[in-house]
Amino acid sequence: MAAAALLRRIPAARAPPTVFVAARSISDSTAALTIETSVPFTSHLVDPPSRDVTTTPAELVTFFRDMSLMRRMEIAADSLYKAKLIRGFCHLYDGQEAVAVGMEAAITRSDSIITAYRDHCIYLARGGDLVSAFSELMGREAGCSRGKGGSMHFYKKDANFYGGHGIVGAQVPLGCGLAFAQKYKKEDTATFALYGDGAANQGQLFEALNISALWKLPAILVCENNHYGMGTAEWRAAKSPAYYKRGDYVPGLKVDGMDVLAVKQACKFAKDHAVANGPIVLEMDTYRYHGHSMSDPGSTYRTRDEISGVRQERDPIERVRKLLLTRDLATAAELKDMEKEIRKQVDDAIAKAKESSMPDTSELFTNVYKKGFGVESFGPDRKELRASLP
Amino acid sequence: MLGAARRQLGSGPMLGQVLRRLRPAAAAEVARGYSAAAKEMTVRDALNSALDEEMSADPSVFLMGEEVGEYQGAYKISKGLLDRYGPDRVLDTPITEAGFTGIGVGAAYHGLRPIIEFMTFNFSMQAIDHIINSAAKSNYMSAGQISVPIVFRGPNGAAAGVGAQHSQCYAAWYAHVPGLKVLTPYSSEDARGLLKAAIRDPDPVIFLENELLYGESFPVSAEVLDSSFCLPIGKAKIEREGKDVTITAFSKMVGYALQAAEILSKEGISAEVINLRSIRPLDRAAINASVRKTNRLVTVEEGFPQHGIGAEICMSVVEESFEYLDAPVERIAGADVPMPYAANLERMAVPQVDDIVRAAKRACYRAVPMAAAA
Repeated sequence: MAAAALLRRIPAARAPPTVFVAARSISDSTAALTIETSVPFTSHLVDPPSRDVTTTPAELVTFFRDMSLMRRMEIAADSLYKAKLIRGFCHLYDGQEAVAVGMEAAITRSDSIITAYRDHCIYLARGGDLVSAFSELMGREAGCSRGKGGSMHFYKKDANFYGGHGIVGAQVPLGCGLAFAQKYKKEDTATFALYGDGAANQGQLFEALNISALWKLPAILVCENNHYGMGTAEWRAAKSPAYYKRGDYVPGLKVDGMDVLAVKQACKFAKDHAVANGPIVLEMDTYRYHGHSMSDPGSTYRTRDEISGVRQERDPIERVRKLLLTRDLATAAELKDMEKEIRKQVDDAIAKAKESSMPDTSELFTNVYKKGFGVESFGPDRKELRASLP
Repeated sequence: MLGAARRQLGSGPMLGQVLRRLRPAAAAEVARGYSAAAKEMTVRDALNSALDEEMSADPSVFLMGEEVGEYQGAYKISKGLLDRYGPDRVLDTPITEAGFTGIGVGAAYHGLRPIIEFMTFNFSMQAIDHIINSAAKSNYMSAGQISVPIVFRGPNGAAAGVGAQHSQCYAAWYAHVPGLKVLTPYSSEDARGLLKAAIRDPDPVIFLENELLYGESFPVSAEVLDSSFCLPIGKAKIEREGKDVTITAFSKMVGYALQAAEILSKEGISAEVINLRSIRPLDRAAINASVRKTNRLVTVEEGFPQHGIGAEICMSVVEESFEYLDAPVERIAGADVPMPYAANLERMAVPQVDDIVRAAKRACYRAVPMAAAA
């Protein structure tokens, strides 16, 4: 920590390897850069986009920062849950950060996103802040749902993030409904409805896809295939685990979900396609390091070797770190500094969130309706506790 | 005069326009009190006109469901709307309730005002997760960020001879859930006023119609026919004033209760009939005020008895007006069996006017000796 501070204060003392480079800070260049995706895209009923992705050094640095922030937030949430400051369900996203970050880079805040319960990082990607996230997890009034939703019910309507849903698969028809409204209002925007490999077998998904295809809705169904639906491996749940093909008459694309650039390319492609032609399915090949939730050690149905293998070979953050280092867009020390700064950011946010109080008891009865007409509602003993709904 | 106009222009949407032109005369009639030359309108036309007017007034309102468009509505409630508003606003869906209900709720999240039609509420069970978990609870879970201005409407309860899977009443199921509003129109006035209120309401509303009422005609005043007409949500209507016993009912049973009240009056029992109109919020104030006046209560509903609407009303009265009760609360409900098909059994499975009369007499300690148990 002290060494890093020292390095920052005495730029001349920081010894870069070559003589030609004097003091240089992390690249914020917006010069275009073309990088190849890890693997080519596999497609169904559509010509896949190119493997060559246009980006900039500044964007790559942003990717590193954003994914690292998400990673740190989820790891901190793990500790908070074990300390019993977070209760109930807590589904962590670490490993899958590239999907959230790559998607956001390809779209605007006028496009809509809806997901299931593994939603903390999507909330962050949509512009949500750490204090609101941690406060919500701990059930405090500074939370993004004022403590009334919890881990599975983060929303950010002003950024067109529609949650945060606890019922597996329900978010897909809802997402197609968002797309319906976008088309009805002639917005030229699209909706990304995220779901897992477990939800991919839900009947309502096919009902919604059928209607979306008939009515040409700008809906992008994004299967975050982390290969396990809770404890059930994909090959035990799906007769056909080729999720990008499951749309049948709807085109699909299979994407390396651990490669943020591939995700960005695929989402841009999908948005353009959906707005012009109707629904498309994206399968993101990704992985979660944690179990299904904090109640699941995640090791009864997969080996520790598998988990550490993915971490070694395919980690999304390490992939970007390697890109930044090999192209000399940042030094290892700079990236380490950034990670330390992020760690501090997260720690500060948790401290701030802990200061937030629990919601006022009157909040038990708020937001039941948007317009309650002053109707009465009751607590367990209505002679003891009743309220008028605003 | 109005009859001739109706024959020329057809019923429903056009009628409102005709009456607006004739309004000065109608307004005078209303000023005189209850109009002697009151217009008659079927519940079907009342619903159709309400849909038409609300779709005309607000471009974000749209109708979605099976056969609502080209077929003109399975029960012709949406007749003419496709021609008038086009296929972007009147949408025929495949037979996939979970899918299209979810789509409707998602559209409401993004600021539209959907009306989702269930061909009958029996089919709403296929979509009930979206009604309850995606619609009813969203405003609460999001602390007010995501409100859901949606209406789920369609026929509810028994029709005639349609058997067990097509005859259930869902009032108790939906009224159980905080975050939903549940409305049960009886007359054409109710149908117009409550449907308009439902469409304008910012929260999810379950609108329970009744197939057997669609063809029934009721008098409607000029005020009711005006496009701005709206009934308040959560307020019951005293259909018939009385002083000896209160009878609560909703939907089709209101008609039966009124018939029972007529029979009772000939025997010297003055029954007050309350048309609930709104099951959630329930107008506890009106019910309790009435019971405090009459001291006796009969609840009537068509649905299964256990954990039904009558149970809630009884409890409300016990909690708030116990000392005013001169007799135990009586409950008339559908039989506690799946609906049979045979006409004689079906008749036994649904409350009849006689059942209401008998219960009212029991509440007044004027019971006829009980028939031998079946």
